[in-house]
Amino acid sequence: MISANLSAIFYLISGVLFILALRGLSSPETSRQGNLFGILGMVIAISVTFLSIGSFSSGFIFVLIFILVGGLIGAFIAYKIPMTAMPELVAGFHSLVGLAAVFVAISAFLNPVAFNLGSPGNIKLGSLIEMSIGATVGAITFSGSVIAFLKLQGIMSGSPITFKGQHPLNALILISIVVLIYLLCSSQSSGLFWTLLSVSFLIGFLLIIPIGGADMPVVISMLNSYSGWAAAGIGFTLENTALIITGALVGSSGAILSYIMCKGMNRSFFNVILGGFGATEQSSSSQNKEQKPVKSGNADDAAFLMKNASSVIIVPGYGMAVAQAQHALRELVDTLKKNDIKVSYAIHPVAGRMPGHMNVLLAEANVPYDEVFELEEINNDFANADVAFVIGANDVTNPVAKTDPQSPIYGMPILDVEKCKSILFVKRSLSPGYAGIDNDLFYKENTLMLFADAKKMTEEITKAIN
Amino acid sequence: MEIDPFIFRLSIFVLSIFIGYYVVWSVTPSLHTPLMSVTNAISSVIIVGAIIAGLAGDTENVFNSSSIFGFLAISLAAINIFGGFLVTQRMLAMYKKKKKDK
Repeated sequence: MISANLSAIFYLISGVLFILALRGLSSPETSRQGNLFGILGMVIAISVTFLSIGSFSSGFIFVLIFILVGGLIGAFIAYKIPMTAMPELVAGFHSLVGLAAVFVAISAFLNPVAFNLGSPGNIKLGSLIEMSIGATVGAITFSGSVIAFLKLQGIMSGSPITFKGQHPLNALILISIVVLIYLLCSSQSSGLFWTLLSVSFLIGFLLIIPIGGADMPVVISMLNSYSGWAAAGIGFTLENTALIITGALVGSSGAILSYIMCKGMNRSFFNVILGGFGATEQSSSSQNKEQKPVKSGNADDAAFLMKNASSVIIVPGYGMAVAQAQHALRELVDTLKKNDIKVSYAIHPVAGRMPGHMNVLLAEANVPYDEVFELEEINNDFANADVAFVIGANDVTNPVAKTDPQSPIYGMPILDVEKCKSILFVKRSLSPGYAGIDNDLFYKENTLMLFADAKKMTEEITKAIN
Repeated sequence: MEIDPFIFRLSIFVLSIFIGYYVVWSVTPSLHTPLMSVTNAISSVIIVGAIIAGLAGDTENVFNSSSIFGFLAISLAAINIFGGFLVTQRMLAMYKKKKKDK
């Protein structure tokens, strides 16, 4: 058994290692080492916990068994999961952190002696407050992430679910949570504790259902942040430095990602969270449904355009992920490069369903990361490029964001695809994007629409070039 | 007068938020997905609380109402720790630079 002071120092070390793990992600070269720091930090934290408890009783065996079972499941998932399913996986993992926080809080509430927090019915006030906040945020993280998971997985419709009185109801529940925590702290009643948990599960569910599919990058980042705050809350209860540091890191990380995602859509955080974006706009777009002429082409036309280009910019979007077209795309690019055509990729901050989604898919397809550019880095290059190949993206290229103050996406930073000499759009149909608005690019003189499945079309173009 | 230890923990918490703020802003946008999966893994350090909870049962009766929740939390956190770190490793291994000899 090691002293409390010594174990506190080890927890501090593992907290520092976690900071280094995130620090490593500042560039791909250092990131792998960063991940090892993270693993080391975790090993230290777990070993120190065992050593500080000291008594290796029969319970110890069970702890190992449960770690082993969980670890095997986790490892199995990590190796099997396709890269396109990463958003669902992350949402699922968030829900587990949330639920684990809830379970630890329940356990501490039922048996406060084990955690040095007082006795049942007489828990220290500070600890009880910390515990209830941790449990509440954990419960919201859990049920919110489950909904996000179901929406991303397609089990639940990605369209926003709204009903009358939604916002007043949510506000009422949030107020009741505060009241419940206050009552719980003054009465220590276990009935109130369970009520608090159920209400928190309910609000997590209600908060996420009105948010639509394409806003998922914000939701996932937000839940990421919540899972951190939940861990920090429990960290205060357990007086554990590693947990407090990690919770704060994860909490601010998720908050920053949410901010970046909101900025990528030029929407305020509250606008996204209050939801119902897609639903409100549909009516306006259906009014002026005059048929405008569209030029559509086939793979040979696209191949001809690309072959005669000297530079091509590729704009991937969620449609590429859905069609699993990243490998086919990379083969097309290889062919283009063989013909001495310069190719680069342009990634919009909110392309896909989570931050960095497109980058991971391209990396999976062996696209070197120094050919992949963010919006600010590449936007000036469109004017000099010959062909823009838009594969599965839509709203993020829509020039209406710059020209029409009435448009719901007005002010959103977009990729300046319209400045290219010619534009190729791979799309399954003319349907508007998530925001429910028509894209003027479809009707431009120099735009060629390629109506097909993204993967099939990409493969056909490659064949046509060869 | 002595300072409540809570204040020290609060100081650690607030300073860590600032560290997180600056560290995360320096993360390159192309690694935002691994960032999410690794934050997922490290926030599962909550397993330390779960282990304490799981070992809180007495020697004759390993499973009481409190320790059962601890054991459940252990396996949930373990899924996350192994799954989170391994999937991050898998993703990071894919990020490659352009080969110079081309």
